Amino acid sequence: MSDPNGLIQPGRIAPGFTLPATPDGALVGPEQFRGRPVVLAFYPADWSPVCGDQMSLYQSAAPVFAQYQAVVLGVSVDSIWSHRAFAESKGIEFPLLSDFEPKGEVARRYGAYLPQRGEAARALVVLDPAGTVTWSYLSPPDVNPGADGIFDALDQLAADRKVMAG
Amino acid sequence: MSTPLQVTARLRDPVTTEDHIRGPADAAVTIVEYGDFQCPFCGAAYPNLHELLRQRADTVRLVYRYFPIANVHPYAERAAETAEAAGVRGRFWEMHDWLYEHQDQLDPVHLSLGVEQVGLPPDELNAEVENRTHADRVRRDFVGGIRSGVNGTPTLFVNGVRHDGGYDLPDLLTAVDAAANA
Repeated sequence: MSDPNGLIQPGRIAPGFTLPATPDGALVGPEQFRGRPVVLAFYPADWSPVCGDQMSLYQSAAPVFAQYQAVVLGVSVDSIWSHRAFAESKGIEFPLLSDFEPKGEVARRYGAYLPQRGEAARALVVLDPAGTVTWSYLSPPDVNPGADGIFDALDQLAADRKVMAG
Repeated sequence: MSTPLQVTARLRDPVTTEDHIRGPADAAVTIVEYGDFQCPFCGAAYPNLHELLRQRADTVRLVYRYFPIANVHPYAERAAETAEAAGVRGRFWEMHDWLYEHQDQLDPVHLSLGVEQVGLPPDELNAEVENRTHADRVRRDFVGGIRSGVNGTPTLFVNGVRHDGGYDLPDLLTAVDAAANA
């Protein structure tokens, strides 16, 4: 079942998980990056037919993510083999996670699964360094949401931490 | 933080004199294009934008900003930095046009020939590209774009609002006429 409450909302503890990831199929999950913000980018499928597809765009923005020490993890139901070929052809170096078996289970736990399509929704979830959801956004499946919302969320996180430290 | 269902992306970096601008300064409609010289979709949009500027010469101006998606287009950054090197010599648009008219010739050897055709010294420009003299400028455009909601190339902002429609001439005419009459 998909989460009947829809996409996971700010304030919730992010469900823990690991999934096989590029490049080598090693198990990767958000808990391995505690202490850094984590961006979970759920997306419907590898191989979308445009130049600036969402994952390629995030790779090209890698230096900006690095300024926030943020980790980006792409998640779709594609197999690790598809992920590998896709990552190679697009030069994607951040991990692409394979939510393949049981299909879409992690996406469902985040309320980011579209059962009619059998794919993950196009959904963005930003976790703070402690693993709490700080921002989430559901995009129409065919609209690449870009990265402006993610960076606004990361800015907000950085500002909140400054207040805490001050 | 709230989670709006959909937000309309807006241009965050206003147009300044640092920008590359084609068309009348007092145009009612400003199009800001974030483009990648190696992107075929940008190449397809190029003649349409050209024709748009011709048909709406009094009302539309075009601003070009760099958005190289380097992991997909290995020549895109080099092309952008070459255009900027031409720009500091007052030849940005000549270089821009050459690049979009020769998208299959962006490798370093052909690019040098292009620089020569535009009437600039290839060795000088090549040295600036090798030294990454113009990398910061290209980077600044890119980061401003990603913060504004650029989600691929080309992305156009029409009077500051992201254009989510097509890039065929009728689509572009409709968008700018709507903006002019808004």
